[in-house]
Amino acid sequence: MIAGASADAATAGGGLLALPILLPVAGVLLSFLLGGRQAERIALVLAPVQLGIAIAIAALVWGSGRPVVYILGGFAPPLGIALRADGFSAVMLVTATLLMPAAQLFARASFATPRGTEKRAPFAFWTLLQAIQAALGIVFLGGDLFNLYVALELLTFAAVPLVCLDGRPETLAAALRYLLFALFGSVFYLLGAALLYGAYGTLDIILLSDRIRAEPAVWVAAGLMTAGLLAKTALFPLHLWLPPAHANAPAAASAILSGLVVKGSFVLIVRLWFNVLPALPSAIPGAILAALGSAAILAGSVLALRQERLKLLIAYSTVAQIGYLFLMFPLASGPWAADAWSGGVMQAISHAFAKAAMFLSAGLVAESLGHDRIRGLGGAGRAMPVTFFALGLGGLSLMGLPPSGGFAAKWLLMVATIEAGQWLWAIVILAGGLLAAGYLYRILAPALFGDSLPLEKPPQRSREVVALALALVAVLLAFAPHAFFVFLQIGRPAAMAALR
Amino acid sequence: MISATQAGLIGAALVGLGLYGLITNPQPLRKILAFNLIGSGVFLMFGIIARKGAAAGFPADPVPQAMVITGIVVAFAASALAIALVLRLYEETGRVTLRPDAWTKPPSDGAGSE
Repeated sequence: MIAGASADAATAGGGLLALPILLPVAGVLLSFLLGGRQAERIALVLAPVQLGIAIAIAALVWGSGRPVVYILGGFAPPLGIALRADGFSAVMLVTATLLMPAAQLFARASFATPRGTEKRAPFAFWTLLQAIQAALGIVFLGGDLFNLYVALELLTFAAVPLVCLDGRPETLAAALRYLLFALFGSVFYLLGAALLYGAYGTLDIILLSDRIRAEPAVWVAAGLMTAGLLAKTALFPLHLWLPPAHANAPAAASAILSGLVVKGSFVLIVRLWFNVLPALPSAIPGAILAALGSAAILAGSVLALRQERLKLLIAYSTVAQIGYLFLMFPLASGPWAADAWSGGVMQAISHAFAKAAMFLSAGLVAESLGHDRIRGLGGAGRAMPVTFFALGLGGLSLMGLPPSGGFAAKWLLMVATIEAGQWLWAIVILAGGLLAAGYLYRILAPALFGDSLPLEKPPQRSREVVALALALVAVLLAFAPHAFFVFLQIGRPAAMAALR
Repeated sequence: MISATQAGLIGAALVGLGLYGLITNPQPLRKILAFNLIGSGVFLMFGIIARKGAAAGFPADPVPQAMVITGIVVAFAASALAIALVLRLYEETGRVTLRPDAWTKPPSDGAGSE
């Protein structure tokens, strides 16, 4: 079904796939056209429309039980470019379109368009968010490796300025470091794509997956592209740029950067190894990726334990949680592959919601207390209970305690590792959970048990509710019905091959 | 005209030199130049691939050529963005460094220091 040009014809309703890309691009252009004053309004109006489109695409994929394809301009690959939506891309798209309005609602207080003179920071913030949305749309739906390269660059160019919106020197330095790592990543990805094109004459994912054999050129290309994408995903030891960048960005931007932007390049690594390169023997590269992931879990958690600032702690916990994503790679083939796949995707989305909730809460803590030093959090939980409740619920997912999406993800991954007899990864998952409990205890214990402390200004209730809603979604993911996991399998190459 | 193998080796050498520079040079400006060196190597590879893929009366396969133009535009935009950040950093602080400890004790920011 997935193989062969004939099965890759455009499907009914495929035109819908262009909208998650077209709408935000139109929003960016309109924002420039109508001037900075309208950028906020345009972003806020388009966000629910995009959520509706994402849900419609998911319904389409669910209804047809197979990937939805749209051929741009009617030119079929290899000459043209295809957009494809499978269960994975539909779920990621819905996640992105849910997180985006949450971050926007939260950000309205800090990036409100001023009444008098036009200001640059709010205009930049609202347009950059839409640019990220457009880039993510292409990343999730793109069916051509070069098209995905452009998407990756768009994502970087939109994400880097978000880090340094307030212009403080440390944010500028963090943004520059982020950009340099990202440029290294994209140029290596491009080199790998060039080698693949040279060897097979196409960059369409499905055509490539039919033609690719385990040849030296393919191994070199796979290595270069993976290394590049790992730098963008901030997998240990290429994580150095992430903590300063994510910790210094404004809270709403941190939520998007940690929740969504690093997942963009992760999606491409999944596409590369599962959709483009299933012909390669994946045991050794999978083991290398999982070993790096394990190192990320352990090193990121230990570093998180040692941080003095709340936002830095949460940023280092992102480094650790990214590690879990890579445990799905050594489990890619075998009867346990479906569980590993579901676990990996579940980890990606539950971390997106949980981490966004935590960064938003941390932003509220920093604004209300005037600082975010962990040592000064004593009693803050009594002064702002809703914020710390959201922080704790998000933490539940990071630790992998039930009920939470993080628990479902880690449980599925653990079941798969045990079925596959790869015990080592199971031990890492358990150790990572304990370490996460350790660093969350450092925040929550003093905050809940001290005497209530005076706030500089109490947090806005509406912003607390946004953070809490995201944390609740991360919890509710634990109750995802069986159908959800069936949905995730739509378009997974091995699952589709078994159906054929 | 040099052969495809020679050009490929030159491309690989450029990528290697650029990567070495990107990792070892501490100054951001030199890192940006090193990135452009890697970019040149990659674009050269695209050029060879275009020539190798020539068919049906074309002097070269136009698809990699189209890709290389996009790649050059993207690399240019990336360099411009990086340079803008370097300049802004210099304007704000009078120096340009990526050392993380350089900003741990900013004079007027209560959030970063005890």
